Amino acid sequence: MEMLVKFLVAAIGAGTPLLFGTVGEILNEKVGHLNLGVEGMMAIGACAGFMGGYMSDNLFVALLCAFLAGVLAALVYAVLTVTFMANQNVAGLTMTIFGVGLSNFVGVYMVSHSENSTLKLPAQISKQLQNIHIPVLSDIPVLGELLFSYNVFVYLAIVIAAVCGVYLYRSKTGLNVQAIGENPAAADAASIPVTRWKYINLLLGGGICGLGGAYCGMIINGGVWISNSVNGLGWIAVALVIFAAWKPHMAILGSFLFGALRVLKYYKVGFMVGMPDAFFDMLPFLITALVLIGTSMRGVKGTHIPAFLGNNYFREER
Amino acid sequence: MKKVLSAVLAATLALSLAACGGNTTGNSASSTPASPSAATTTGAGIPKEELKIGVVHLSDPAEGTGYSYTHELGIQGMMKNLNLDENQLVEKINIDDTDAAAVENAMTELLEEGCNIIFATSWGYMDTAEALAEEYPDVIFSHATGNKSNGVNFNNYFGRIYQARYLSGIAAGLKTESNKIGYVAAMGKENGEVTSGINAFAMGVASVNPDAEVYVKVTNSWFDPEGERQAADALLASGCDVLAQHVDTVGPQLAAEQAGAYAIGYNSDMALNAPNATLVSVMWDWSVYYTKAVQNVMDGTWVAGEKIENYYGDMADGLVKLSDLNEPLVAEGTAEKIEEVQAKIISGEWDVFDGKTEIMDNEGQTHVLDGVDYGTCNWYVSNVKEQA
Repeated sequence: MEMLVKFLVAAIGAGTPLLFGTVGEILNEKVGHLNLGVEGMMAIGACAGFMGGYMSDNLFVALLCAFLAGVLAALVYAVLTVTFMANQNVAGLTMTIFGVGLSNFVGVYMVSHSENSTLKLPAQISKQLQNIHIPVLSDIPVLGELLFSYNVFVYLAIVIAAVCGVYLYRSKTGLNVQAIGENPAAADAASIPVTRWKYINLLLGGGICGLGGAYCGMIINGGVWISNSVNGLGWIAVALVIFAAWKPHMAILGSFLFGALRVLKYYKVGFMVGMPDAFFDMLPFLITALVLIGTSMRGVKGTHIPAFLGNNYFREER
Repeated sequence: MKKVLSAVLAATLALSLAACGGNTTGNSASSTPASPSAATTTGAGIPKEELKIGVVHLSDPAEGTGYSYTHELGIQGMMKNLNLDENQLVEKINIDDTDAAAVENAMTELLEEGCNIIFATSWGYMDTAEALAEEYPDVIFSHATGNKSNGVNFNNYFGRIYQARYLSGIAAGLKTESNKIGYVAAMGKENGEVTSGINAFAMGVASVNPDAEVYVKVTNSWFDPEGERQAADALLASGCDVLAQHVDTVGPQLAAEQAGAYAIGYNSDMALNAPNATLVSVMWDWSVYYTKAVQNVMDGTWVAGEKIENYYGDMADGLVKLSDLNEPLVAEGTAEKIEEVQAKIISGEWDVFDGKTEIMDNEGQTHVLDGVDYGTCNWYVSNVKEQA
């Protein structure tokens, strides 16, 4: 029982960076932009967040840096794909290569110019990054550990996902935004400012990815700079969007499920012990494939895949 | 004054070396007519000024920790030991060892730069190095951690890291109070390099604490910051109070530090990153080999196309070593016990895997392991557990 609780806590931790990436990507895809640059935007966020925290010793500054860096990276992508109508896949892949490279470049530069060849977050921010402890609530057995024992990122991710869910599915603006992803020409005809909302969603999504990167750079690495800290989580987030059927609230569930699958091999019990580790590494992707099959069988109705996803909108070609 | 003197001495040495090289050219040219370019330098080695050293690194050594960093320290140590000029060193960094085309490109560029000896530091460079060694018989290809060689210009180098791991096991065994020690491993039982290290560590633990058990979690990747962290957290959650590791990042050390537990570092001295957790670190000093290899090339002991040997270093050589103990953290008597065993290992009186002693595995079977055959080790000793 105790190990089960530990397993669930670890699953939430492993799912959090995925949740940021997934929600960011949902915002992008809902306006019809398949952004394969999530990995890169997260990497840039990881670097900016860590360096911001390293220099300011303040969690808020770190988060702001990560968010703004993600926005800046997304701006490059948005200018390329929305304004200049470059191919989305190429622009996204380029963003991944560029982002990971830039992040490592800055990181290595900082390490080689540091005193002991190591970058470690200072004391105050390290304390702010620790798991929270709310007097009475955190001390409730089981429930306290399951609900009130995480670092701030976990709660931030859930709040952001919930807010984005309301924004996309429960607000008039969100429905307009969704219309852009389904049929930008129709949205344009309905006098929805297509380009403006594309920019807003892409930049917001980039910023959220940047926050996810900061989780990798500061929490996973335990406060010491390590290059390549995102290490493929951004790609899993892209897959998770499909799993979550483009719904932010489903992304919460999906991220934590994927997180659970990713840590499962460290909490094996009973019959699982003899199974090869490669099987556990494969699980999240196997499940994504199964979901793809399942949703395609149910038909278009339940999936919510934006109809215009991956295509640029040329107003003149209406 | 000293500088001038050493410059004069170096010049004299270089001249005499060059003279020797000239003398023997005729002889070796007749013995190896197939490679005329090699012939000009064979026999008495390559003069120091003409040496050019190539290195292929897996990641960026400027990271400050991890595998490539320790190799770079070794290269820099060699450059200093032999007093070579930095222009004589050409390095390729971030060469993915699963990308054969990238590896070949990197090595070809080194060949074009005129390197006489190329150090390929990662396992996955092996096949490319082997193929190029055949194509370029007058260049030496030296490959780390591999198992292939050709005796004439392609060798492998590695060391008895298990000796230091055994000693670090002593520190862990004396420190643990829960008698549960965690080990974050990059690869599973089938990987002899990782598994022999775990066994040596566990035997070190058992030598001072027969009740302690070593719990292994496998990330199944040589680089996975999140997995390494998660594995460490899982071990700590199951009650382990000392962690050891065979992975690339300091994640396990930092996880231990945050949980108020202790850890054994690997590759570099991880007390730098996690000063409140790291008891001691198991380290490589690759400069020992790099210096020896380049010296051999200069002396003519190793001649491309004629003769080269594999290298398997140990604690006596200094290739494998322990960092300084983190005195305020280690249990009482740790230093004495480690010193005692270390002396026996260095003198050759005793070794962990001596090829004679029977070792019981955790399934009740006995094995005999010679340290050289670490690759065949695919069983865990009796105090190793795969499940918490």
